[in-house]
Amino acid sequence: MKLTVWTYEGPPHVGAMRVATGMKGLHYVLHAPQGDTYADLLFTMIERRNKRPPVTYTTFQAQDLGSDTADIFKQACRDAVARFQPQAIIVGASCTAELIQDDPGGLAETMGLDIPVVALELPSYSRKENFGTDETFFQLVRHLARPMERSEAISCNIIGPTGLGFRHRDDVAEIANLLREMGVAINVIAPMDATPMDLTRLGAAHFNVVLYPEHADAAARWMERNLDQPRTKTIPLGVGATRDFIAEVQAITGLTTAPDERRLRLPWWSASVDSTYLTGKRVFLFGDATHVKAMARVARDEMGFEVAGLGCYNREFARDIRALGKEYGVEALITDDYLEVERAIEEAAPEMILGTQMERHIGKRLGIPCAVISAPVHVQDFPARYSPVMGFEGANVLFDTLVHPLVMGLEEHLLAMFREDFEFNDEAGPSHHGGHAPRPVEQAHPTPAVSEPQHVADLAREATSEAVQAASGALVVSAPDATPIAANSGSDVAVWLADAEKELKKIPFFVRGKAKRNTEKYAAEKGVTEISVDTLYEAKAHYAR
Amino acid sequence: MNDLAPLPNRGCQDTPVLKERGQREVFCGLTGIIWLHRKMQDAFFLVVGSRTCAHLLQSAAGVMIFAEPRFGTAILEEKDLAGMADANEELDREVDRLLSRRPDIRQLFLVGSCPSEVIKLDLERAAQRLTGIHGPRVRVLNYSGSGIETTFTQGEDACLSAMVPSLPDTDAQNLVLVGSLPDVVEDQAISLLERLGISDVQVLPGRDAAHDPAVGPNTRYALLQPFLGDTAQALERRGATRIDAPFPFGDEGTTAWLAAIAALYGVSRETFEAVTAGPRARARKAIAVQAEKLRGKSIFFFPDSQLEVPLARFLTRECGMEAVEIGTPFLHKGLAAADLALIPEGPTISEGQDVDLQLDRCIAARPDITVCGLGLANPLEARGLTTKWAIELVFTPVHFYEQAGDLAGLFSRPLDRKRVLRLHPNASAQEAPA
Repeated sequence: MKLTVWTYEGPPHVGAMRVATGMKGLHYVLHAPQGDTYADLLFTMIERRNKRPPVTYTTFQAQDLGSDTADIFKQACRDAVARFQPQAIIVGASCTAELIQDDPGGLAETMGLDIPVVALELPSYSRKENFGTDETFFQLVRHLARPMERSEAISCNIIGPTGLGFRHRDDVAEIANLLREMGVAINVIAPMDATPMDLTRLGAAHFNVVLYPEHADAAARWMERNLDQPRTKTIPLGVGATRDFIAEVQAITGLTTAPDERRLRLPWWSASVDSTYLTGKRVFLFGDATHVKAMARVARDEMGFEVAGLGCYNREFARDIRALGKEYGVEALITDDYLEVERAIEEAAPEMILGTQMERHIGKRLGIPCAVISAPVHVQDFPARYSPVMGFEGANVLFDTLVHPLVMGLEEHLLAMFREDFEFNDEAGPSHHGGHAPRPVEQAHPTPAVSEPQHVADLAREATSEAVQAASGALVVSAPDATPIAANSGSDVAVWLADAEKELKKIPFFVRGKAKRNTEKYAAEKGVTEISVDTLYEAKAHYAR
Repeated sequence: MNDLAPLPNRGCQDTPVLKERGQREVFCGLTGIIWLHRKMQDAFFLVVGSRTCAHLLQSAAGVMIFAEPRFGTAILEEKDLAGMADANEELDREVDRLLSRRPDIRQLFLVGSCPSEVIKLDLERAAQRLTGIHGPRVRVLNYSGSGIETTFTQGEDACLSAMVPSLPDTDAQNLVLVGSLPDVVEDQAISLLERLGISDVQVLPGRDAAHDPAVGPNTRYALLQPFLGDTAQALERRGATRIDAPFPFGDEGTTAWLAAIAALYGVSRETFEAVTAGPRARARKAIAVQAEKLRGKSIFFFPDSQLEVPLARFLTRECGMEAVEIGTPFLHKGLAAADLALIPEGPTISEGQDVDLQLDRCIAARPDITVCGLGLANPLEARGLTTKWAIELVFTPVHFYEQAGDLAGLFSRPLDRKRVLRLHPNASAQEAPA
């Protein structure tokens, strides 16, 4: 038993729904109690789909238990097939139906339906949504795909996009165009928009492009073994990764046509002098493993940010992300507990979060700007405009996405200069964000009750630009060791004198928390009970050695 | 006393109910936690369930209430089911942890779910055990919000009825209003009653445990919501007597509701008129603006919150609409009688659901407005129908005089939007609606 408030992933049958809803001509008969139909609104509201998901729920009730739930399931199957006339059905159980052990797969197979029936075993009490997408797509492929003659022209399948995916709609369009430009024909795109009939043609492709390993890894490996199709391993997200992806496709196909790069703007946008202020911005990345891995590279190598922390919620990829953490010199956080993520972000005190809709809320609480780079996402992450994150246009979109939450470069200098102006100060937040001013960290969390380990952080990592560094350098101090510091509440903690508090407020808010904690640690060590302006500077001198 | 409009014969009281069984497109009772946890400020709702339950709560809220919500899900894991872990020990541990982290909590609700009911986890005994450990500082109660037993608003009914046995005893003549409404609306109701000279008024649920009402043989209670049948029964078992009335929606509903209470308390006609005349006039004026847009329009209710019958009464009688079908997940004939009697004969009254068949009926009828859940709204809009999300009726202040215009406005706004958008339908960005 584990107490959860918010979850990064739904149950595995929601993953199956994402596959079914992404596809056409497939129907999902789900043995589930009344109430599980809530999942429809994920698609009709968040993704604004104009059709009901192709799911029939048996919606059994307490009175049905122990008597005829199996009959209810069979009736629902018959009705669904008659009404929706799918090319194939998938059948399975949600968490409650798993407990009553009606065996939907076995029941459906005995019904003599004249369409393929694919039974899903999705263990609700040990697995989650991404397992559900991956397993469902794998089972569909395993049941429907067959070895066959290759297409005459060099072709590929694009696999992984589902319903409710982060920018899947536009990523697929972008990458399909990129591949066509290289002379690769697109055989099947699946699950998104594919029919079960289309899946039978998967074998005609020369190779598979895996855009989302979370949803298509098992299927890609199966096709590699059984259909002799190589798979791409680079996710074309970011400039460097897109170029690597092109090279990988060229190596697989022997084609040499390179796509037109003239539409790619990120490199110049990033090199132009206005972007200087982005240098060394400390970012924390959290999301699904694939997006975090790709975005870490974009953040460091293409935006000039510093990766202050990273992690993912899907344990299936824990090893990859731990390795990634090593590469970036941070300890990777593998958890699906958003409170743990919040703690890690608070501790790392980044200047920006690249996360999911959950981190958007964490950022709001901590007063740290956030850009969403991964599922789970909300309605505002399904933009009306074309906005892929993959390929060359995707890189352009990413530049905008990563810059938008931040205070603009010159504005940042001015804030540092005039930070005591009552109308124009660093707590007001970016001027282009209207009412969405971030709050300072220490106000969002008045009194952390537990002591927190202090990171060794140097001045350059703390501040965001030279101007801010210069302005705040006198006061920002760093702790030389990683021992826990005293809590800033309770009787043994020094009191801030008014002058010292005023001096502290002159430090830009994003580094103020650290300066405050260092000073308190110094005061505690020295047995100082009242912190004066002198104590601040003594602490600075102490840690500067 | 007040002169109400005469009843239209027996209205829909004798209309045969179309009972359907099939796929139900409704929330389960856990959803009620979304408003209950805000209403009771010292309560925590701990769902004992699956990842699906947690996912439902975060999805149904539409937006996440990130300010440390007073609810959570103790997710059952494989080892809990396989008997490798004693579920009760696990639960005790999670509750310990929770209560030590949230010392402000005075009421803890253990909320049963489909999986906990199926594996027969005895939450009643768990609640007793935990009360023994954490009482009297914390009162631990249990109820089921499972989908196999409850539909959407029935969760509130289950919660409130679980509270009834622990309410303090009284022999006093008091009036208890039953149902959780937004504080501002609750205050309006109490103020109206006070001005009628009725002062000993309490509300179930109280805003915190200390303000829960007392009940006894001289308690009269009036329901604020139509879905509180079990709570009503539980109160009757404690000796309380229900004041029968239509539900307080719109001018007519509010007036009839107040009049039923006033009659019992011997309030004079003059006083009643003096107290209600002002707000009644305001309500009528506000409704009239919206009724202009609603008059003659047809409406179709998919089953959702059990508010369908009183709302159909309001919309047909006070806004001039015509009801095509009034679907409700569960029809409590006793509680709905007063409202049913006021609805002119004609509409189909349906209980339960077979969503595919009901969609067929709705599409054939092409009503001007369809009231339905979030899973159906966009698909119906894509077919050219105009919809109103039913969940908004539960999340918005809509009771009593001052909200009567807002209530009507919830139905006219979708029509307004259709009118103001000068968009020609394009080839849809998505696939063609089926």
